[in-house]
Amino acid sequence: MEHVETQLPTPAFQPALLSGVEVDTPVQDSVRVPRSATVARDSRDTIGELRVEQPRIRCNDVNVYYGDKRAINSINLDIGRNEVIALIGPSGCGKSTFLRCLNRMNDTIDGCRVNGDIVLDGVNINNNRIDVVPLRAQVGMVFQKPNPFPKSIWENIAFGPRIHGLAQDKEELDDIVVTSLKRAGLWEEVHDRLDQPGTGLSGGQQQRLCIARTIAVGPEVILMDEPCSALDPIATAKIEDLIDELREQFTICIVTHSMQQAARVSQRTAYFHMGDLIEVGATDEVFTNPRHELTEDYITGRFG
Amino acid sequence: MNKPVDALGENAGIPRARSIDKVNAGLKRRHAEERRFKFYGRLAIGAGILFLALLFTSIVAKGYGAFVQSYIKLDVYFDPQLLDPEGKRDPQQLRTADYGALVKASLRASFPEVTGRRDKRALYGLVSNGADLELRNRVLADPAIIGSRQSLWVLADDEVDMLLKGHIDRSVPETNRRIKDNQIAWLDRFAAEGRIEKRFNTTFFTAGDSRDPELAGIRGAVAGSFLTLIVTLALSFPIGVSAAVYLEEFAPRNRWTDLIEVNINNLAAVPSIVFGLLGLAVFINFFGIPRSAPLVGGLVLTLMTLPTIIIASRAALKSVPPSIREAALGVGASPMQTILYHVLPLAMPGMLTGTIIGMAQALGESAPLLMIGMVAFIVDVPDGIFDPATVLPVQIYLWADSPERAFVERTSAAIMVLLVFLIAMNALAVVLRKRFERRW
Repeated sequence: MEHVETQLPTPAFQPALLSGVEVDTPVQDSVRVPRSATVARDSRDTIGELRVEQPRIRCNDVNVYYGDKRAINSINLDIGRNEVIALIGPSGCGKSTFLRCLNRMNDTIDGCRVNGDIVLDGVNINNNRIDVVPLRAQVGMVFQKPNPFPKSIWENIAFGPRIHGLAQDKEELDDIVVTSLKRAGLWEEVHDRLDQPGTGLSGGQQQRLCIARTIAVGPEVILMDEPCSALDPIATAKIEDLIDELREQFTICIVTHSMQQAARVSQRTAYFHMGDLIEVGATDEVFTNPRHELTEDYITGRFG
Repeated sequence: MNKPVDALGENAGIPRARSIDKVNAGLKRRHAEERRFKFYGRLAIGAGILFLALLFTSIVAKGYGAFVQSYIKLDVYFDPQLLDPEGKRDPQQLRTADYGALVKASLRASFPEVTGRRDKRALYGLVSNGADLELRNRVLADPAIIGSRQSLWVLADDEVDMLLKGHIDRSVPETNRRIKDNQIAWLDRFAAEGRIEKRFNTTFFTAGDSRDPELAGIRGAVAGSFLTLIVTLALSFPIGVSAAVYLEEFAPRNRWTDLIEVNINNLAAVPSIVFGLLGLAVFINFFGIPRSAPLVGGLVLTLMTLPTIIIASRAALKSVPPSIREAALGVGASPMQTILYHVLPLAMPGMLTGTIIGMAQALGESAPLLMIGMVAFIVDVPDGIFDPATVLPVQIYLWADSPERAFVERTSAAIMVLLVFLIAMNALAVVLRKRFERRW
């Protein structure tokens, strides 16, 4: 056997290892188009159109703490009616945490504190006197991992309307189930097996089942936490089409890691970075003409 | 051995060939380790199975004899002079008549040559005291048989039974034997006449305890165990499950809940006899619940099984994926609805397993019950949770303590019955789990 010397990495490898960390020095990249961003990286003030007219949800100075750690710093943001707003940003930037404030799902996490005002249709929902049950009926949620109940497809959808008393009898409930499945574009695929377990569907079908379950309750706002991250491109395309249709009736707030997805489905985009809301604006504005350097770095794929 | 020919690997400074050589060198040792581990595992399981087999063989070998019982056929003359001198067929009179005399007369008639007082007593000793009762029941059921002569099978005495089953060695000197030479001679004559038979021992399953082994049965202990377990289950399952649900799903995390958690874990390790003392002090002396009653037994065993059930139920609740809770909360279910419709059904198999384990523990427990008087000698089969009773393990303990040779096989037989109940409970646990189990 021959002895082979361990070679140290040659200097040529070093920039590859360190790029993205060095924020102060501009990255050498000959292919890049000239920068459009004008706001420097170290600025943490939100830029762009935070406010809209007649917002569905208005957030004022929202902070979230996990124990002593502050996860979200003073977020101000409006979510308009019948719009899809995409929350983007690198992992751990607080976009999911912010999303979960909107229907108080953070209540279920030990040691999580939310302060600030979150005003939904004129009522501050970030208030202990607010009952979360009607709130969550009004603000539905679709989670990252499809999580159907381990019950039949019919039961999955009927559960919400039943506990809220939305149907007088079985027929009405059946109606709701069928309508919701049709709205979610799942009816054709499952109409002959409503009594089969929802967990037996494919991943994309399960996620559409979860969307059907959410809209069955008749919410006004739907929060989606990376709904396509566990799905293949075909299932993703179906869900994106669905989001586009649902926009006519619902306000949708979607967290996504895919910038193409954000560009395809949303009208407004908010970019989060390390707990700060950096930039908000119309989606095509943010993607074609970002004003903050951090936003530009992210959407051009320099980090994140 | 492959030489490092991969130029790319060399250039990148990754010593490919060297790694694989090192891997190969260690491979033999790794495989040996794995084989060793498998061997130890098989050894442990083999030893376990061996001891289990030994235990079962020993118990079955000792106990199967208790399921048959020797009977002696007697020709009994239901003498009207003895039973009903006035001829009125008065039930009270018939109930209190001297049936023993009929048995004795019948035995004397079979062996007219026996005259001495001592010999007669030895002769009477061949049949069980239960023979009198058997005759009485016959007469009470049908008074018309008075005055007739009937051939009846009556229970043999326990020592006779032991001799017939071969547990008493005839070659042992007479003075060292409970059964004497003349008795053996009489029995041999009975046997030659076809008057001795072994039959299935129904008494063992239908009678309560008795000082006479041939009359002793486990029905009282089974009924006592059953009633005690009903009380235990009725109290510990709802209390345990609600405590677990509250602690796991609703209770805030603070010093108090930490303290409670530590205490529950400690209670699970408290020796069971301590619970018996507690039951004696609190339930009997303070609340004045009757002693020896299945109610007290059930209360004490509830205290003992609660920690087991709570710990198992909490583990079952913890294992329910949080995504299910989020899904339910996300459509606006209240915490109660979330738990009732989604979390509990998923946690139920684990909770049931914990409960059945707790119940099996309670079924096999004797120490705390000794403290609350369930160790008393109780002949009657209990009818309710306030009647004095004993339970299977305590019955086993009582019989194991009795001097009569025939109780040895009854002890083993009672152990078999206890094991059958335990296996049945475990089977029930498996069936329930299968029914409730859901996949996701």
